[in-house]
Amino acid sequence: MSPAAAVRVSGSGIEARFRLAWSGFALDAALQLPGRGVSALFGHSGSGKTTLLRCLAGLERATDGYLAVRGEVWQDDVRGVYVPTHRRPLGYVFQEASLFPHLSVRRNLEFGLKRVAAAERRVSLDHAIALLGIEPLLERMPERLSGGERQRVAIARALATSPRLLLMDEPLAALDAQRKAEILPYLERLHGELDIPVVYVSHAPEEVARLADHVVLLRDGRVLASGAIDEVMPRLDLPFAHDEEAFVVVDAQVAGRDERFALTRLEFAGLPLWITGLDAPLGAQVRARVLARDVSLALAERHDSSILNVLPARVVSLDDASPGRTLVRLDVAGRALLARITTRSAVQMGIAPGMDLFAQVKGVALLR
Amino acid sequence: MTNAADFAAIRLTLELAAVTTAILLVVGTPVAWWLARTRSRMKGVIGAVVALPLVLPPSVIGFYLLVTMGPQGPVGQLTQALGLGVLPFTFAGLVVGSVFYSLPFVVQPLQQAFEAIGERPLEVAATLRAGALDTFFTVVLPLACPGFVTAAVLGFAHTVGEFGVVLMIGGNIPEKTRVVSVQIYDHVEALEYAQAHWLSAGMVAFSFLVLLLLYSRKRGGVR
Amino acid sequence: MEPSMKAPLVRLLCAAALLSIFPAKAAEVSVAVAANFTAPMQRIAAEFERDTGHKVQLAFGATGKFYAQIRNGAPFELFLAADDATPMKLEQEGATVAGSRFTYAIGKLVLWSPKPGLVDGKGEVLKRGAFAHLSIANPKTAPYGAAAMDVLRKLGLADTLAAKLVTGENIAQAHQFVASGNAELGFVALSQVWADGRLTSGSAWLVPGDLHEPIRQDAVILAAGRDKPAARALADYLRGAKAVAIIKSHGYGR
Repeated sequence: MSPAAAVRVSGSGIEARFRLAWSGFALDAALQLPGRGVSALFGHSGSGKTTLLRCLAGLERATDGYLAVRGEVWQDDVRGVYVPTHRRPLGYVFQEASLFPHLSVRRNLEFGLKRVAAAERRVSLDHAIALLGIEPLLERMPERLSGGERQRVAIARALATSPRLLLMDEPLAALDAQRKAEILPYLERLHGELDIPVVYVSHAPEEVARLADHVVLLRDGRVLASGAIDEVMPRLDLPFAHDEEAFVVVDAQVAGRDERFALTRLEFAGLPLWITGLDAPLGAQVRARVLARDVSLALAERHDSSILNVLPARVVSLDDASPGRTLVRLDVAGRALLARITTRSAVQMGIAPGMDLFAQVKGVALLR
Repeated sequence: MTNAADFAAIRLTLELAAVTTAILLVVGTPVAWWLARTRSRMKGVIGAVVALPLVLPPSVIGFYLLVTMGPQGPVGQLTQALGLGVLPFTFAGLVVGSVFYSLPFVVQPLQQAFEAIGERPLEVAATLRAGALDTFFTVVLPLACPGFVTAAVLGFAHTVGEFGVVLMIGGNIPEKTRVVSVQIYDHVEALEYAQAHWLSAGMVAFSFLVLLLLYSRKRGGVR
Repeated sequence: MEPSMKAPLVRLLCAAALLSIFPAKAAEVSVAVAANFTAPMQRIAAEFERDTGHKVQLAFGATGKFYAQIRNGAPFELFLAADDATPMKLEQEGATVAGSRFTYAIGKLVLWSPKPGLVDGKGEVLKRGAFAHLSIANPKTAPYGAAAMDVLRKLGLADTLAAKLVTGENIAQAHQFVASGNAELGFVALSQVWADGRLTSGSAWLVPGDLHEPIRQDAVILAAGRDKPAARALADYLRGAKAVAIIKSHGYGR
């Protein structure tokens, strides 16, 4: 056992390989995650996402494991390297806030901070406090906080240790919709302001769509798919596309506005995509969501309908989603879109892979 | 109503209980911690050994202590080899006997307190860079504080109430091994009922107050 | 704890109930016996039962405790104490059958060590003081302890040896301290180290009777035994030749 993370390898991402066998459950996962942005571990309960996260933290000791984070080896059982949790520069946010009940909010925040060498501190306490908006809570005891407040303190507490990797285990799962809405913006700010890779466990597609850049889909302790969110979500061979609420995310730039009709123009794959409202500032990088059921297809570009966004597309593949329905994966100037149409329409229109047509996008929702 | 010998016995008893409790808290804490956390098969065995004094008659404990700490016993051989002489008839011997006798009264409340804390706070501390010892002193100790109070009070009170073990290994030496319970026994044997009453009533009052304190504190609900 | 406390109580109540139903046929006698007299009394009781057909129930314990129990209504009919003071006290308090008190045995004090040769035939070992602990019975409560203190005072050693004294609650414990080796030597009852006319082990000095007050062990018929022929019969039997022989063989005098 190595006492510290002395071993270095090349690589700026996260490379992990864990094997673990309990009675009734086995984890056998190999992962390559980017060294920046948010990676979501997605799957049903029992799929092994929390166990995988705990392995990353060293809270669970996988056998035959390997873990390197941005060039630092934290576990390599072949070479007998294992850095215990408290020597790993990570932050961990549990599903329940798990604040120390005997310490005030301030002392909770300082608990981790005090144990980090001054030279290693890159996130100041004030910054963490401001980021999570918990300034007014500092002198309170945890028992006098609401669920949402507690979770914000827990996130700030983890950030205050200047982690080189932030692990979050469904930090919103224990909260009601209102509290979730209260915290999500903070998580997005975190994402925008700090250069800390985040691994985020979730079973809620909503959260994943808003926060994740990279998605790992887990099932029965194995990795089903792993990749950028706009690559994984439209894959017809994965369960996402078959969800009633199936969607793709669209990262785009705010390119213009129509003040008169209160519309905002996004630049998407070099094509204009109009959304209602004028909330986003010009030039901002935004993420929008397009539901598969909101996309219809037309063989010719039509201007006689109420649909604002009509994009030229090519059919990539088809899949019979459920009786009477067909899912069509489209390529729009190199970006993927999903359309869900009736099977009869698909047959009558003679839709087949390679076919050029037009996607009529009925609705685009801004996620962030 | 009372005399110097009674007061000497009271002082000695309090000294014995204080020293015993202090040692028990130091020795009992790691034992309780291990019992609370281990998944080892030895847990049952060690737990049973710790609980033995609960069910064994003090005369059995006293008898074996007398034999093992005596000049021919294994403990006696060891203490003699270390130049400490033998332990029976000494204050140190009473402390050793009391530590064993009151062990479950300290270990069990501590074990329960540690178990009640659960895994999570320890994991949280680890993710906040705290090592095992650090976590123990900054997280476990404060969270288990009510357990420590209970353990200390029970250990102290039980040692004060000890009789059989002291009787067996003490030798009834004034100011060295003659504690209150033995003094009461002597008064009864000598038909000095007034003095026996005086001391016995004191013991009843003391024990009642201790338990009252303990139970009303629990009802108040610190946690 | 509780069941074991209850069982004798239930038995006692049953016995009491039976006694009240068949008073005339009661051929059972309940006896409280000083712990040091356990072995000879068991033999005597067996002989008595065989010779008379009466049944004997023996309870062994500390004399002081028996006193407290008898004063609080314990249904003993005959009491064999470890001293003479307690039966006399009971008699003065009217708890006995008048005129029934007698000395059934005289204890012999011996200075004993399990180590052969440690104790010489004259007790000189006490004067040399080459030992860490001298065990005696509690002089305040045990007659053998009081006698031992008599001896030490007569020899002028009471003060010099005070720091080396360890005190057993009774003569049995005083013996145990020595037997376990925790005290090198001690004043014990001859009956404890004497069997079949010789010392069972170690070395001993039989303390001359003029060095201490005689250790008289008195018996008395208690109020509960007033109209019980069996109690009277056992009291008489204790003074008979057969019983006396047994008592002497156990190291007691008469």
